[in-house]
Amino acid sequence: MSLLSVSDLQTSYGAVNVLAGVSFDVAPGETYALVGESGSGKTTVIRAIAGLAPAQAGSVTFDGQEIRGLPERSFRPLRKNIAMMFQDPVGSLSPRLTIGSLITEPYRIQGMKDRDLQAEAKRLLEMVNLPAHFANRYPYQLSGGQARRVGVARALALEPKLILADEPTAGLDVSVQGELLNLLNDLRERLGLAMVIITHNLSVVRHVADRMGIMYLGRLVEEGTTEDIFDSPRHPYTRCLLSANPEPDPDARLERIALKGEPPSLLNRPTGCEFRERCPFAQDVCSQTPKWEVSDGHGLRCLAPLS
Amino acid sequence: MTETLLEIDGLSVDYETERGDLKALRDISFDVRKGEIVGIVGESGCGKSTLISSILRLTAPNTRFRQGEVRFKGQNLLQATERQMRDLRGDDISIVFQDPMQTHNPVLSVGQQMVDIQHRSSASKAEKRAKAAKMLGAVGIPDPEARLSQFPHEFSGGMRQRIAIAMALMSEPDLLIADEPTTALDATLEVQIIERLRELQREMHCAVLFISHHLGVIAELCDRVVVMYAGAVVESGDVREIFHNPKHPYTRRLIECDPGHIKTRARVLPTIPGEVPDLANLPGGCIFRDRCDQAMDRCAQEVPPLERLGEGHLAACWLNHEEVSA
Ligand SMILES: Nc1ncnc2c1ncn2[C@@H]1O[C@H](COP(=O)(O)OP(=O)(O)OP(=O)(O)O)[C@@H](O)[C@H]1O
Ligand SMILES: Nc1ncnc2c1ncn2[C@@H]1O[C@H](COP(=O)(O)OP(=O)(O)OP(=O)(O)O)[C@@H](O)[C@H]1O
Ligand code: SF4
Ligand code: SF4
Ligand SMILES: [Mg+2]
Ligand SMILES: [Mg+2]
Repeated sequence: MSLLSVSDLQTSYGAVNVLAGVSFDVAPGETYALVGESGSGKTTVIRAIAGLAPAQAGSVTFDGQEIRGLPERSFRPLRKNIAMMFQDPVGSLSPRLTIGSLITEPYRIQGMKDRDLQAEAKRLLEMVNLPAHFANRYPYQLSGGQARRVGVARALALEPKLILADEPTAGLDVSVQGELLNLLNDLRERLGLAMVIITHNLSVVRHVADRMGIMYLGRLVEEGTTEDIFDSPRHPYTRCLLSANPEPDPDARLERIALKGEPPSLLNRPTGCEFRERCPFAQDVCSQTPKWEVSDGHGLRCLAPLS
Repeated sequence: MTETLLEIDGLSVDYETERGDLKALRDISFDVRKGEIVGIVGESGCGKSTLISSILRLTAPNTRFRQGEVRFKGQNLLQATERQMRDLRGDDISIVFQDPMQTHNPVLSVGQQMVDIQHRSSASKAEKRAKAAKMLGAVGIPDPEARLSQFPHEFSGGMRQRIAIAMALMSEPDLLIADEPTTALDATLEVQIIERLRELQREMHCAVLFISHHLGVIAELCDRVVVMYAGAVVESGDVREIFHNPKHPYTRRLIECDPGHIKTRARVLPTIPGEVPDLANLPGGCIFRDRCDQAMDRCAQEVPPLERLGEGHLAACWLNHEEVSA
């Protein structure tokens, strides 16, 4: 059974329909990656799951329990099992608390009074490879990557069942990035941790995700196992995205499939296929609205898929 | 020979802490020429942000400049008055911070902020708003006019980064300093922004100092690369030299660890074992020694100097010295 099940999730800010029906499932111990255009709604999806953004319609179940629209009071006990790593590491850390109190704050919020907070702080810092004396520092005294590791330590404090990680490796150098991903992989093997990870770093996706979903304009346009998507992307947007990944080689300045035009307006969504105006493979039939279709576990929203 | 725009000359900077002085930058020297794109790479905590906040003199209160100069168009910025610095920052030098919220004022609309930074221009308010909308469109924000009235938190992470870039470009600076400006952008946009930066750099002949952990982006965008480790420059050179012919073991490991190089799925990604030395308590000899798999006796005794190995290629490692003298 799924640990997390998101179904037809919708979010609007005023008249702007940011999520237009998002559905996906995550099994216990599974890592699911959400990728897609900046502004396509990835952060909103996981914030809505965690009860931090509105969701006017649809359903989110965790361990079989409906959690969409729960009031904050009922959400609090769930936060032991659902942890969030925020996209903006420094901004999400309260500037007046020391790192030690920040990473042990989850124990206080959950009222776990029996814990030796100093020992926990030490353990958590060690886990993310920061020296113990960092417990006395304030957020402004950290480098960007160090702040991100503090965010990771805080999310792992309560050994959650599900981690919602928003760009957890952004701003980390490759070595620390590798360490962090190895750490998350290790936890998931030891604790059966499931993870929804948002990242624009496709190399990261390829190494950690079991399955991935590609978002465009508030909807999934393709979903499948990571191998499947990387080996044979069928949606033109996915193809453009994968071909754009900058390679660590100055001579590889790339064979890309150019993505035409600007991201469309959310105030005035395009008719027919919403990717139509920018799609290098658009055809006449694309003036109709593509439906979500699944075959062999590979989901797709396109009228003229690539083979 | 192109003109030098920015010269960092023997710069050493400490942070005073209760554990003693943290030697965040030690004897850093490199140049940025007019119209050139220079990338800075290096492990988290190696001093990249400290370096650029020192250039701009926007440092934390416990910062101490110990030695060296930062010259911009020949003027030593460490001696400039606060007023001169303010003028420079708004006009000749622009910055995109690592944390976009550092650029944005949370209680002002984005449009207001973009109009405010044009305070030196004599254009009318409406013209300034139009220019702001145009810049938002140029970095790929849909419905730019309508979105001018929104506040920073109403934009996505990648949008905030792009707005920060748009704002930095509005003054048409001679030098753009960008600290991890594309971390929240998806690959297509990242490439679009890089292309935009390249275009702009050609048009305005603006130099760029670009910090990123994403080696793919560095390879794609930069002419030259400076590699930092634990507060010092360990290697620098032409982008092709650095990627194809690295001369410092740290640079080599960094490139090997890049997941972009690893084509098959690996559950365990390679890392550089060990930790960055404690900057408040530096060991003698080569600073990379504890983590270097090629360390020799000599590396424990003497600090390897940054030596010229070829056309503009510098590295600080005794291995090269052995080769040179042999
Ligand atoms: N105000 C401060 N007081 C004391 N130490 C500081 C202060 N600011 C930064 N540091 C420390 O100085 C070192 C260099 O930090 P800096 O922010 O320059 O690193 P960075 O190379 O930009 O790293 P990242 O890639 O993670 O952003 C780090 O060890 C950091 O913890
Ligand atoms: N509080 C809010 N009020 C109004 N609009 C919002 C708010 N939060 C998000 N949005 C809008 O919702 C859309 C989706 O934003 P979201 O942050 O989910 O994107 P994202 O996919 O995470 O993008 P990125 O990769 O850039 O972080 C954007 O157009 C954004 O401006
Ligand atoms: S439906 Fe048509 S326009 Fe839309 S993605 Fe598929 S091919 Fe492109
Ligand atoms: S000087 Fe010695 S320890 Fe330092 S990088 Fe070179 S071989 Fe390694
Ligand atoms: Mg986001
Ligand atoms: Mg930094």
